[in-house]
Amino acid sequence: MQSEDQPSLAIETPRQGECRVKLSGSWCTGSALPAAKDELLAHLSSGTLSFESSGLRRWDSVLLNFLMKLFREAEARRLTVDASGLPAGVARLIALARAVPEKETRREGEQGAWLEQIGSSTLGFVRSGRDMLTFLGEAVTAASKLLTGRAKFRRCDLVLAIQECGAQALPIASLISFLVGLILAFVGAVQLEQFGASIYVADLVAIAMAREMAAIMTGIIMAGRTGAAFAAQLGTMTVNEEIDAMRTLGISPMEFLVLPRLLALSVMMPLLCVYADLVGILGGLVVGLGMLDLTLTQYMVQTQAALDLTNLAIGVVKALVFGVLVALAGCLRGMQCGRSASSVGQAATSAVVLGIVAIIVTDAVFAVVTNVLGI
Amino acid sequence: MTRTDVHIQVSDLTMAYGDFVIQRDLNFSIPRGAVFVIMGGSGCGKSTLMRHMIGLQRPARGKVLYGGESFWDAEPHRQAALMCRFGVLYQSGALWSSMTLAENVALPLGEYTSLDRRTIKEMASLKLALVGLAGFEEFYPSEISGGMRKRAGLARAMALDPEILFFDEPGAGLDPISSKLLDDLILELRQSLGTTIVMVTHELASIFAVATDSVFLDPETRTMIAQGDPKELLEHCDDPKVQRFLRRGNGSAR
Repeated sequence: MQSEDQPSLAIETPRQGECRVKLSGSWCTGSALPAAKDELLAHLSSGTLSFESSGLRRWDSVLLNFLMKLFREAEARRLTVDASGLPAGVARLIALARAVPEKETRREGEQGAWLEQIGSSTLGFVRSGRDMLTFLGEAVTAASKLLTGRAKFRRCDLVLAIQECGAQALPIASLISFLVGLILAFVGAVQLEQFGASIYVADLVAIAMAREMAAIMTGIIMAGRTGAAFAAQLGTMTVNEEIDAMRTLGISPMEFLVLPRLLALSVMMPLLCVYADLVGILGGLVVGLGMLDLTLTQYMVQTQAALDLTNLAIGVVKALVFGVLVALAGCLRGMQCGRSASSVGQAATSAVVLGIVAIIVTDAVFAVVTNVLGI
Repeated sequence: MTRTDVHIQVSDLTMAYGDFVIQRDLNFSIPRGAVFVIMGGSGCGKSTLMRHMIGLQRPARGKVLYGGESFWDAEPHRQAALMCRFGVLYQSGALWSSMTLAENVALPLGEYTSLDRRTIKEMASLKLALVGLAGFEEFYPSEISGGMRKRAGLARAMALDPEILFFDEPGAGLDPISSKLLDDLILELRQSLGTTIVMVTHELASIFAVATDSVFLDPETRTMIAQGDPKELLEHCDDPKVQRFLRRGNGSAR
């Protein structure tokens, strides 16, 4: 004998062509459903299906779900269902769930043929490329307005953006560039010591930092830090209809929101890059003094001899370009943001990815161009 | 509707996202000084219609005319000039969250008028006082309640003394009393300023309280199925969908 609380069902056939389901116990979430379920379905052949529920103690959606499945099955086998034996609440809820017929145009989860997929993703790629170019064009127009002094934005927005992507980025920029300088020196030291040329660690660190690493590392830091922040800020404003409000008041979001951010990042990135050069060389110096027994003067003189203005200038120009790219990527993704909270997150992620990809690709272009020009 | 002076006219407007048509063949005109309600069930394209009218979304076909001038065929600088003549209150208020209420109201004033800074500040305070927010100049939008945010949004929409005010679901998210107060405020402003008001809403109480004219959008046939004063529609419209809507589902009441 089962305990009273256990859900159970029994099947009776009072007369030919009628099948009565006797429900008893508690049909609640968490209790194991009776195994007789499948057997019951086998019984359904023809005639009428009715219920008897005097033994039913408690019920919730578990029972409803079971009955819905049963009804559907019965319908498929063309049985007549008599729900009068069910508790009034259950019968009403089931009637409610079945009141509106299932929508025909249920969203199709399946995807089209592979050719169609290739086609649609190609079109999507073309479209996003066009959007990017449009955005770039608008940004250039806004920037040219800035040069003629007709761009409209608030000074305090610019100052705030400068603080955000300048001063507040110093701690992380210091840490990363110090460690990069340190790592470069370690890698160089292991190799160069074998030739007794450990003094050239100074050259390696100085040139690598000034020419490549300072610009790339600050670029990547800013993409993760500021680019994402820009995308999230503008994305939230899009969700909140604030950008629409600007457009209808005839205020160009391009000038008012994008321009101060673009300007701030392109002014601060070269400065951060020079700062990162210095801190990176300091990192190299620590290894030089601590591990390679070089003196401070030796290291400094060697660094000074190795570093010329060309290397420094290439780094700074790169940093400027990276700054523009990161700001554009962040603002582009923010302005393209959809109208839900999750799309703000996507915009931020996508801004970081786009920013970093743009940085690496542009750096490769720089490498080829400087090589061809012989600088 | 005594005056026949047409302020806004929508002709043959079809709205679509890509291939997906939301509403087609919309034709209606809004007289100057009317309180015009765009009504219909959820998801029928009411707000989208408003976005087309205020110049945020280009129609797939058809025209929106302001005093006889087609908005979407106009030059960009004419569009900007037309846009200056209307104010929009968005569903959530859409205040710029990085600025105080006073700065929110002052920004359009600073952009489009040659007033000096002090006058702009006074004007901003005046507009805020009109919507009952005197003394809240230095508050940020996140520091005030939803109803206050809507009123502040209204103050910003009125900043340039527009000829047309658009409202997107003014009552959404407000309790019945705040919603009623906002309706009263809207009527008061219309009477004192003579503004034409276009409102997207599905709140019956406010529809019957304020509207002088309306259009009913149907999501199934994807076009408008009724037009006119909602009180008259309630009496004379034979369409069961309109009756069901206006009588909260008790369509057979008459």
